[in-house]
Amino acid sequence: MRLGVLFSGGKDSLFACWKAIQQEEVACLITIISRNPESYMFHTPNIRLAALQAEAAGLPLVEVETDGEKETELLDLKRALLRAREEFGIEGVVTGAIQSVYQASRVQRVCRDLDLWCFNPLWNVDQEAYMEELIERGFRVIIAGVFACPFDASWLGREIDRRTLGDLRAIARKYQTTLTGEGGEFETFVIDAPFFAQRIAIEEASRAYRNYNGVLRIERAGLVAK
Amino acid sequence: MILVLDLCYRDGSLSRDEFVAPIERLLQSAGVPFTTRHYTAIGTPEVEAADAVVLCGTALKDTRFAGHPGRFSWLPVFERPVLGISSGMRTLAAAFGAGTEPCCEIGMTDVRVLADDPLFAERETFSAYELHESAVQVPDRFIPLAASDRCVQAIRHRSLPLYGLLFHPEVRNEWVVERFLRLVEDAR
Repeated sequence: MRLGVLFSGGKDSLFACWKAIQQEEVACLITIISRNPESYMFHTPNIRLAALQAEAAGLPLVEVETDGEKETELLDLKRALLRAREEFGIEGVVTGAIQSVYQASRVQRVCRDLDLWCFNPLWNVDQEAYMEELIERGFRVIIAGVFACPFDASWLGREIDRRTLGDLRAIARKYQTTLTGEGGEFETFVIDAPFFAQRIAIEEASRAYRNYNGVLRIERAGLVAK
Repeated sequence: MILVLDLCYRDGSLSRDEFVAPIERLLQSAGVPFTTRHYTAIGTPEVEAADAVVLCGTALKDTRFAGHPGRFSWLPVFERPVLGISSGMRTLAAAFGAGTEPCCEIGMTDVRVLADDPLFAERETFSAYELHESAVQVPDRFIPLAASDRCVQAIRHRSLPLYGLLFHPEVRNEWVVERFLRLVEDAR
């Protein structure tokens, strides 16, 4: 089955993509670029770098922009999936949804409207086992945004290795946050994955942070040999 | 031992993690021994060895399981506890001669309990996650246990512990599966 992966550049969509590659044929990645930082569905820092990640993976990218208004962004999602179907003949869509019924239901409805299969290989996943597997399988993931207490500016750019995962565990226990950032506590950016032919090297980045809200803006990045 | 049946379009499919693995995790955390098989890979020995069966759901577009009714001809004579979830409910009802009718529900829906049963005891309403194209007709030997505004959400055989749920209990209603496991324990 030819599939398109909804792609934000964060760990969940990359991991879902890796799962899909093992079972089916991933024909393209699909990115919705939201101009609204409050977007319910699609906002994420460094979304423009999805093109570099797609190049690293050797997969074509379908990019569609949205104003990010609550209702019209679904039309933009539909537009993106239609383009992916026209250009790459996709028969189904893969998402990295873990627990969000809101997001998963909306994508399911759009897929139904377009007669596409919908796959959520991380749905209801054991978050502890998932984070362990990410590291074990060779995904290199950095924290690209923090949006909750107690994440301070020092978290921006930190790689999720075993030591960081230990710290995330301690925070999850103490502050009732999710281990995966599923609750919107933090966002991630993937610099290497098992299916990348090259990895991403961040050459220049800036940090904007205030009161437990911050993003790592990757200003310049390139591909280097693994 | 509980037999978990994967009804997805292929053994080891991309849907497995979404519809089968969450059920396996619930059984694991309850400390209940189980074995998982794809519906195309079971025979009499697996069915005979099972104390109970859970028929898992599938993707919205996945109806391949419905094309193989012969694979489930053992259900009407199984007589031990069965929990059919979404496509699994459809499979259970089909084994007892009932069909489906168009009724698409996606997302959270309010469910009302209609009849006394240990599975829903002391619950009058709850919100449930739905992912189905069709509603399931209630087979002759079954009673409806719960319903949404649009269709029947849960059924039970009149005299046997055979249950069908149209909603997905593994999403936000794990208590339903836990209660089913208690029924399995009681039936041993």
